Amino acid sequence: MSLEVDVAVPERDVEVAFTVETGETLALLGPNGAGKSTVLAAIAGLIARSGTVRLDDMTLADESTGTHLRPHERGIALLAQEARLFPHLTAGDNVAFGPRAHGQSRRDAHTTAVRWLEEVGMTAYADRRPHELSGGQQQRVAIARALATEPRVLLVDEPLSALDVESAPEIRDLLRRVLATRTTVLVTHEVLDAALLADRVAVIDAGRIVDLGDTARVLGRPRSDFGARFAGLNLVRGVAVGEALRMPDGRLLHGLAEVPLTDGSPAAAVVAPSAVSVHLDHPHGSPRNSLAATVVDLEPHAHLVRVRTDVLSADITAAAVAELGLARGNPVVLSVKATEVHLHPA
Amino acid sequence: MTRANFPRWLLVPAVLGALLVAVPIGAMALTVDWANFGALITSEASRAALWLSLRTAAASTVFCLLLGIPLALVLARTSGTAATLLRSLVLLPLVLPPVVGGIALLQAFGRRGILGHTLDVLGLEIAFSTTAVVIAQTFVAMPFLVLSLEGALRAAGTRYEDVAATLGAGPTTVFTRVTLPLALPGLVSGTILAFARCLGEFGATITFAGSLQGTTRTLPLEIYLQREGDPRAAVALSLVLVAVAVLVIGFTRARPGSLSAGTS
Amino acid sequence: MKTQTIRYAVRSSIALTGLLALAACGGSDSGDATGSGANSTATQSNSSSAPARTLTVFAAASLQKPFEEIGDAFEKAHPGVTVKFSFGGSSGLVAQLQEGAPAHVLATANEATMDKAVADSLISGTPTPFVSNTLQIVVPQDNPAGITGLADLTKSGTKVVLCAPAVPCGAASTSVEKSAGIDIKPVSEEQSVTDVLGKVRSGEADAGLVYVTDVAGAGTEVKGIDFPEAKSAINIYPIAALKSATDAALATEFVSAITGADGQAVLREAGFAAP
Repeated sequence: MSLEVDVAVPERDVEVAFTVETGETLALLGPNGAGKSTVLAAIAGLIARSGTVRLDDMTLADESTGTHLRPHERGIALLAQEARLFPHLTAGDNVAFGPRAHGQSRRDAHTTAVRWLEEVGMTAYADRRPHELSGGQQQRVAIARALATEPRVLLVDEPLSALDVESAPEIRDLLRRVLATRTTVLVTHEVLDAALLADRVAVIDAGRIVDLGDTARVLGRPRSDFGARFAGLNLVRGVAVGEALRMPDGRLLHGLAEVPLTDGSPAAAVVAPSAVSVHLDHPHGSPRNSLAATVVDLEPHAHLVRVRTDVLSADITAAAVAELGLARGNPVVLSVKATEVHLHPA
Repeated sequence: MTRANFPRWLLVPAVLGALLVAVPIGAMALTVDWANFGALITSEASRAALWLSLRTAAASTVFCLLLGIPLALVLARTSGTAATLLRSLVLLPLVLPPVVGGIALLQAFGRRGILGHTLDVLGLEIAFSTTAVVIAQTFVAMPFLVLSLEGALRAAGTRYEDVAATLGAGPTTVFTRVTLPLALPGLVSGTILAFARCLGEFGATITFAGSLQGTTRTLPLEIYLQREGDPRAAVALSLVLVAVAVLVIGFTRARPGSLSAGTS
Repeated sequence: MKTQTIRYAVRSSIALTGLLALAACGGSDSGDATGSGANSTATQSNSSSAPARTLTVFAAASLQKPFEEIGDAFEKAHPGVTVKFSFGGSSGLVAQLQEGAPAHVLATANEATMDKAVADSLISGTPTPFVSNTLQIVVPQDNPAGITGLADLTKSGTKVVLCAPAVPCGAASTSVEKSAGIDIKPVSEEQSVTDVLGKVRSGEADAGLVYVTDVAGAGTEVKGIDFPEAKSAINIYPIAALKSATDAALATEFVSAITGADGQAVLREAGFAAP
């Protein structure tokens, strides 16, 4: 039971193959222009002659046999960067559009729409036209609209990139909830989105997958140089305790929560390696977080060296490595400001 | 008036341009025989012509919609040499003198035209019938609808259509529930333009359909004929046509344009 | 071609300037309407000795061929004179004259139209009848409806095209119908003889009523059928010099050229009968 994708779009120089298990979220992570959206268009059936797409035991597209189910026959919903709500319909009618297209009566479709608007917290806006809604509100309605068709697969294309900084965390949290049990392919150039929303991550560079694996592994120990440069991000999972994360080893990592966290609930901390500094002793001064660690590996990339430890990775200059005399197995102290530690529900 | 932010001297040709239209129309209104205006425009021939014009223009507009909407969609959603050729062909009546259109229609649908015999066998006599008027009007007016709608469809793009398809809507549902509503402003103004063009059609009609009161003599043909018989009636009827045209233009201006807002 | 374009440009500019002047002083008097709309022809004189003079003749469309021929001869006989013609429907020509179009001579296709010009005091002296014309049935060369006489035009299923009663050839048709005691139900009432001929020539119509001269000039695609009832509607063409003529003597000379033996011979050649 899975979505199998083997897509080649020569004119865009895109060639990728991956499988998404049922209920799983796979993030396609890569810079803009890497061909990610083309992959989604191929899965959705919006571009023809593009390889093979299978969903469970059903062939949606197979270039070799000429099979090509049209978009509306695939049961795959697409959530795009812009909400793309139909401007001539109210929020409620936008959500009811899919159910109506699937043959529900006007009344049933309305009931479905009301339920999904409630799910995304937009019940009060059912009668508003899209241009009367903020960007974040539009994206909420778009999410409800996509889910109201009960799609077998959800394709999500840069869902937060068009939003302002205030609404992005809320929509990310909403997506985290609704994607938890859905088979999803998520396209993003935001490492944070991949870190928080995806079970697995495929890093795409110039139309090819250069790394594919569990989110924590791909982000924490990228296998490609490109992945390291692009995707390098510390992701630590644990339990929320006030404005901090209790790590599995019991130590606390203080940070800032963008959405309120409930004590004792699962949470994740995201820290950029460039925000982590390496010391031989506990430093004087202000950092809230000062953690003893052991150097696991030293990986040069670009003009920096990534110091991997058993807790967090840090990017420091080669000169600093030499000055500290770092080597594998060395005990070190990592420090990171609380303002550089982003806490999220997980 | 808002503050002018253009070179002042442009006002001279601008005023001249406006006068070029305003003076003749105004002159006509001044010279019309107002005392007998009512009688002139309500004569049997005038009423028959006006009624025929309205009926045929309405019917032709319906045909323009039935044939023009699909044409506009095909043109808006295809590209390449074939599409370019098709577009040029469809828009040809726009730049063709209507009398040429009438001659062309004769060669096709006339009794000795290439389709004339087939139509004869089917028992369809087009020449000198009201049907011929409708064909002539549709021929000259359809490009206005196609041009206007195609522009609106291109501007709307396929983004919403793609979304609708991934929500499970089949092509026909997408067309009726997304494509057409989004292009509605273009469709409305195109329809009004086409209707106005139908009302004003003269050259193709007189060439292809002939001129007989109540059957083929529409208002413009009646006006042209009255120039010979009763010039006062010609002026009065011309003024009626101006009034109808002003109404139509008012319609275009007043149409709701808010539908295209908020497309982000 | 180029000088033509420049001439149009100059004329339009003058018209626009007039428009401005009109707007400036708010005058309501209509300007001079030139003879646009009708087809004008001008034959240039190549003589250089005599002073250049122009004679403008407004004439019924059916007179075009013989009048141009007579005009050529007139120019040869009068060095320095250029004859300009404006051919069109008689009623339209009179309407233009009423609006003040400048011309020297008017020749109409019937007396009723000329009477209008007389009533409007456009004419100097009395109009002279110079030719007559009678109606003829015109049918396509293969005569698909088998027309032999006027009565055949009333057969159901026969597509007959007439001139509209408002124009001279239509008025003539109506009086023929009246005197013959028949009622033709035309499928179309056309604006001019040319339109009737066009409908018959293309085969759209089975028959039409036009003037003998029109059939004579229409070529081999159509043929004319004489009918006795045509005598009841003999159309007299009158010609007259106009009051507005800047060169009254020249205008009178042209009228004489038309009524004279040489002019009559040319007209007879074209199918016209004596008045």
